[in-house]
Amino acid sequence: MGRFGKLVAAAAIALAAVTTAQAAGEQAELKKVSLPHMNPFGSYDFAAVQRGLQVYQEVCAACHSIEFLAFRDLNDTGLTPPQVKAIAAEYTVMDGPNDDGEMYERPAEPKDRFPLTFPNEQAARAANNGAYPPDLSLVVKARIGHENYIYSLLVGYADPPADKELADGMEYNPTFPGGQIAMAAPLSDEAVEYADGTKATVDQMARDVTTFLAWVSEPTLVERRQLGIKVIIFLVIFSVLMYAVKRKVWADLH
Amino acid sequence: MPLFNANNPIVKWVDYRLPVFSFADAHLIDYPAPKNLNYWYNFGSIAGIMLVVQIATGIVLAMHYNPSADQAFNSVEHIMREVNYGWLIRYMHANGASMFFIAVYIHIFRGMYYGSYKSPREILWWMGIIILLLMMGSAFMGYVLPWGQMSFWGATVITNLFSALPFIGEHIVTWLWGGFSVDNPTLNRFYSLHYLLPFVICGAVFVHLWALHHRKSNNPTGLDIKGPQDTVPFHPYYTVKDILGIAVFGIFFSVFLFFMPNALGEVDNYIKANPLSTPAHIVPEWYFLPFYAILRSIPHKLMGVIAMGASIMILFVLPWLDTSRVRSATFRPVYKQLFWIFVVTCLVLGVVGANPAEGIWLWIGRIFTFIYFMFFLVLPIVGWFERPRPLPAGIAESVLEKSGGGSSGDEGRAA
Repeated sequence: MGRFGKLVAAAAIALAAVTTAQAAGEQAELKKVSLPHMNPFGSYDFAAVQRGLQVYQEVCAACHSIEFLAFRDLNDTGLTPPQVKAIAAEYTVMDGPNDDGEMYERPAEPKDRFPLTFPNEQAARAANNGAYPPDLSLVVKARIGHENYIYSLLVGYADPPADKELADGMEYNPTFPGGQIAMAAPLSDEAVEYADGTKATVDQMARDVTTFLAWVSEPTLVERRQLGIKVIIFLVIFSVLMYAVKRKVWADLH
Repeated sequence: MPLFNANNPIVKWVDYRLPVFSFADAHLIDYPAPKNLNYWYNFGSIAGIMLVVQIATGIVLAMHYNPSADQAFNSVEHIMREVNYGWLIRYMHANGASMFFIAVYIHIFRGMYYGSYKSPREILWWMGIIILLLMMGSAFMGYVLPWGQMSFWGATVITNLFSALPFIGEHIVTWLWGGFSVDNPTLNRFYSLHYLLPFVICGAVFVHLWALHHRKSNNPTGLDIKGPQDTVPFHPYYTVKDILGIAVFGIFFSVFLFFMPNALGEVDNYIKANPLSTPAHIVPEWYFLPFYAILRSIPHKLMGVIAMGASIMILFVLPWLDTSRVRSATFRPVYKQLFWIFVVTCLVLGVVGANPAEGIWLWIGRIFTFIYFMFFLVLPIVGWFERPRPLPAGIAESVLEKSGGGSSGDEGRAA
């Protein structure tokens, strides 16, 4: 690289540094959460996924749907097929038409997806003071900051500073862009009673729900990483062999 | 090194009627390639393999994808969750597009560094630019198909650029959309064209290779092939080297594919398209960012569109803007500096394109847009005053010089 090139390169690097600093903006810095699957080679903590499912069912599901999650997917979280069947049976789904042309309700089965909380966006807004609780199927992949954002949002509720004007029905949460959010603080200590006896602190529940939603967003993460390690090991060995072959083939020219 | 027996009666019978064996021999086996091609010359074959990967994965995705505004997003999630290895195919396709562009951009910069666009390879160079344009069209329309927020709003912003044309602009936009906004008809036609264009690219690649094999490869010295002492048969020398390059590039690809498959994407595209809610920042895919930066650095909409178009179109006249009789930057001290300034300019414009067009970014964008075009405008002058370094007598001599003075251990150069 030439002298001028180096100069311009240095300027470009300095510029990139300025950018990163500016990017923060009007949103509070996210708290860093450390979950096992966030390690590049890590796997999901499936006990936490199961606890997160419980928090989702008992707290979040009142407003938020997970349209892409089927009950049978829960088989991958360590729950046994009878347990999954029992969870599904707690829900009713619309089926039909039957031979009389009628739609009918029946208990959900593992093949079904989790029923939607609201039939459409308008119904959701009508029930939530105009706010629209987003579907959570992909939420961890669909937010800047990913797991850190979800965790920070859930534990980020606080009393508003004196100078902060909140709109009617809004809550103060500095993690949310703009600082005010229509969702009231969803978690409080002992909001659920964990089946496995874990103490249900806000922090614990926030971690568990974050783990659960990460799994819902990317259920194939563990399989992907396992395959990736094999593929890369193969390619590294193959590359070394091809390099040796290349050396040998070219040797007579050098 | 014959791979088949030319005296075999079946081979003879077939070859007499359809010369597939002679063709393979002339273009894949005995094809004479300069013996001094370095590893930068691997990116052509890597780009070719990426085209194959994109077509293969794309055909499988098309079997499961549903191109309707209602179902497109859902069907992509169906692929990700319910199709066997659907996540692998889709992530290969999504990241493969980026890998294809990485390979092609390096391939283009390599061509610029060694003067590969110069006579008699102008049409070869043109075909390359046509392939780039087809890739851009294909990638843009492919990005719309998942029908996420960035798909929808990216499509809206980019198609709206045509409205900058005087008189007919609005009509063209309506015609492109098949309606009065980006909607189901837009998605359907983009899908159709996204399936078509890769095969057009294949045709353009064929012509690109035809021109290449007619005039043969350029090489790091930029000197013409003068005789058999300058070349080696393509097989096994470059087949093995190309496979090595593809394997190493495959490792790089795999790191993205398996460990950070969404790193090059935008989070907003995991939210379903919503015509009533505009994302805070509409950003194209990374490979469009330098051009997007040029577009936004011009305050006038039509002029911005023209500048963006010109930033690629100017490559077509590069062979005539460069007046030097020496091809390779290795022997051109001034052009070498300019080349690196140009590379850095493209990278800076990429960073600018990723940031909102306001404040300091606007000015950085304008300065580097100016430098981008200045590169092409000063080239004719450089060719006149630049004093090239002394050229080696030939390709073979340059190789001997290197390995004689040798012990550099730089396999790429010695090769």
